[in-house]
Amino acid sequence: MNISWYIVLSSLLFATGVLGILIRRSPMVILLCLELMLNAGNLALVAFSRMVGNGQGQVFAVIVMVIAACEVVVGLGLIVAIFRRKLPLNVDDLRELRG
Amino acid sequence: MSATAWCWLVLLFPLLGSIAIALGFKALPAKVAGAIGTVAIGLSFACGVAALVSLLGEAPDARHHASSLWDYASVAGLDIKLGIFADQLSVFMVLVVTGVSTLIHLYSYGYMQSDEGYHRFFSYLNFFVFSMLLLVLAGNFVLLIVGWAFVGFASYALISFWYRRETATRAGMKAFVINVVGDIGLVLAAFLIFREIGSFEYGTVFAKAPEVFSTNEWSVTAICLLLLVGAFAKSAQLPLHTWLPDAMEGPTPVSSLIHAATMVTAGVYLIARTHALFVLAPTAADVSAFVGLATLLVAATIALVMTDLKRAIAYSTMSQIGYMVVGVSIGAYSAGMFHLMTHAFFKALLFMAAGSIIAAMANEQNIDKMSGFGKAMRFTSITMLCGGLALAAFPLTSGFFSKDEILAYAGARGGMYIVFTVLGYFGAFLTAIYTFRLIFRVLPGKPCPEAQELIDTGHVHHAHPFNPASGEEEDTDVGFPGPEHHIAEQSAPMRVAMAVLAFLALVGGLIQVPGVDDVIAKWLDPVFADSPLTAIHPSVEWSWIGLGIGAVISLAGIWAAHLLYVRRPELPRSLEARFRGLHTFLFHKWYFDEAIDFLVVRPALAIGRFANRVFERFVVDGLVTGTEETVRGTSGVVRAVQNGFVRSYALLLIAGFAGLALYFLISSS
Repeated sequence: MNISWYIVLSSLLFATGVLGILIRRSPMVILLCLELMLNAGNLALVAFSRMVGNGQGQVFAVIVMVIAACEVVVGLGLIVAIFRRKLPLNVDDLRELRG
Repeated sequence: MSATAWCWLVLLFPLLGSIAIALGFKALPAKVAGAIGTVAIGLSFACGVAALVSLLGEAPDARHHASSLWDYASVAGLDIKLGIFADQLSVFMVLVVTGVSTLIHLYSYGYMQSDEGYHRFFSYLNFFVFSMLLLVLAGNFVLLIVGWAFVGFASYALISFWYRRETATRAGMKAFVINVVGDIGLVLAAFLIFREIGSFEYGTVFAKAPEVFSTNEWSVTAICLLLLVGAFAKSAQLPLHTWLPDAMEGPTPVSSLIHAATMVTAGVYLIARTHALFVLAPTAADVSAFVGLATLLVAATIALVMTDLKRAIAYSTMSQIGYMVVGVSIGAYSAGMFHLMTHAFFKALLFMAAGSIIAAMANEQNIDKMSGFGKAMRFTSITMLCGGLALAAFPLTSGFFSKDEILAYAGARGGMYIVFTVLGYFGAFLTAIYTFRLIFRVLPGKPCPEAQELIDTGHVHHAHPFNPASGEEEDTDVGFPGPEHHIAEQSAPMRVAMAVLAFLALVGGLIQVPGVDDVIAKWLDPVFADSPLTAIHPSVEWSWIGLGIGAVISLAGIWAAHLLYVRRPELPRSLEARFRGLHTFLFHKWYFDEAIDFLVVRPALAIGRFANRVFERFVVDGLVTGTEETVRGTSGVVRAVQNGFVRSYALLLIAGFAGLALYFLISSS
């Protein structure tokens, strides 16, 4: 099994996620891009796990999914709260915490 | 019980009295508080007598005991005990202090009756007696310093007793500051003693001193000079004396007890107690003796022109302490201590009489306004005359024997010490003049309006309350003298106290008549046996010749005063006019206050002003604002990074992470 394809795909997915975070302004999309990055990592973990031949990497992937789920809960909660207060859904406008 | 046990009780009673009156000032009626205070000191005196009896039961050489209750401080090779030292000298001092204090408490019981601060007064007064006893009974230098500082505080509190008089609070501060100068000297001396000898205990220090120090070595001289700074500040010797006349702002019993009879003699006691060190530093002892001589002459000349009754007596106190300092410095230890005792009697008495007269004058202290009290206040006049005779060393009174003994010793020591005899007799002449100047101006003559009022109505003159020093009006609430004044003629406790002291002032000297009994000398000699100076003795014949000269000088002084102030009262005025410059010089007290103001106070103020205007503004403020500006400037750079854009944070994070990854990739290949 050649691992290169898996790693290339994983890197492409990760780069897409990074690009999305850097250029998009909607908090919703940023959250999606974060998920994309986490799952790119998961893909690499599972691929390496298959290559080595034991299940430890897959266990890691499951744990990352759990963390991703938690993060989505918090992130979506924030977005709902912002929406309810009729604040702009634009991360560049939400910059009260600047130094 | 042993002597030390009695001495602990001596300390206990005044402390208990002070605490009881201070805590119970609301519950106790005034009379009870006064009684508690007086009885506490009386019990203390009784215990002092018991200690004396206990010491008398032992061999003269074994009459010294140290005792300690617990450790005061025990660290790193330092072992200071809360210990007392009972020997002939300390028990002698205890008896003088408690004896005179008992009588003055009794006097205050009547004199202060109308004062709103009656409880406070007795609490302070008991605390003072406790501190003074701690000072004289201390068994090491640390406890001595504690007692020394306590009496300084008690003196401050009592000078400023009428705390709403600005003159009084200023005088209290002045006394406290000058006394602190002395405290510093004493503390430094104790440090040096510990460095050289390694102990604070009297017994160890005085036993080791001859082995550690060679005669006139710089270290022992420095120790003695520093001790002298302490002694001079407390005993009002030149140039640290200016606080004592101002201290007369306090109530008269305070002047009588603290600023005449007991506290101001602490310096004399200190020199006598540390005589083992002064023997090793003859230079320091000579310095001390000459300062004492200078003080006795300067103070006597000032007393000649003072118009304030209490201040004139205060200068006389300085002058008499000068005699004692001369005595204990040149080696006439027991004579100096004897003069301390007789002076306590007659000077306390003089102040009591002065207090009674000032009360009759409704707080006026200017002798120019007084006359004719001989008719108005017979008892006060007689006791004042007794005190005056003793102070002027009238033959066979107490001052006569004690003063001449010091001068006879100086003569017997010979050499340059003859100076002390000659100038001492000159001082005695001045003493007789100024003492009888006061008496002749206050007692005989046509009664002044206040005295006439007393004769006519039997009531004490009642003036609108005012401050005699500044003339400003006062109300008679707390913090000012009460509305009523009490004179000895109308108050039994005052009369008893004054009568006892008058008796002692007249005949107290008879316990030490040269060649007859010598009680004090025999009692104190074992304490000073280690000093080679005690080998010098004026022969009995010379002592009597000295007494004869003293008698002639005293009578001459009294005659001169009689001539000046009774027979030709216009003479002082014409003398004053002819020697206007000299009179002004003396009237301004040799300009000591002005000189100290110019040499010490103004430079200190100038330095303070410089520190405030320049140092504070440019150096301190510069440091503070400089630090602030630096932090603000640096943080400005960092703050720019925090722009609030999530994307830029993410970019930084990713760039950093990529940088790290690159670094590891490059370094691993």
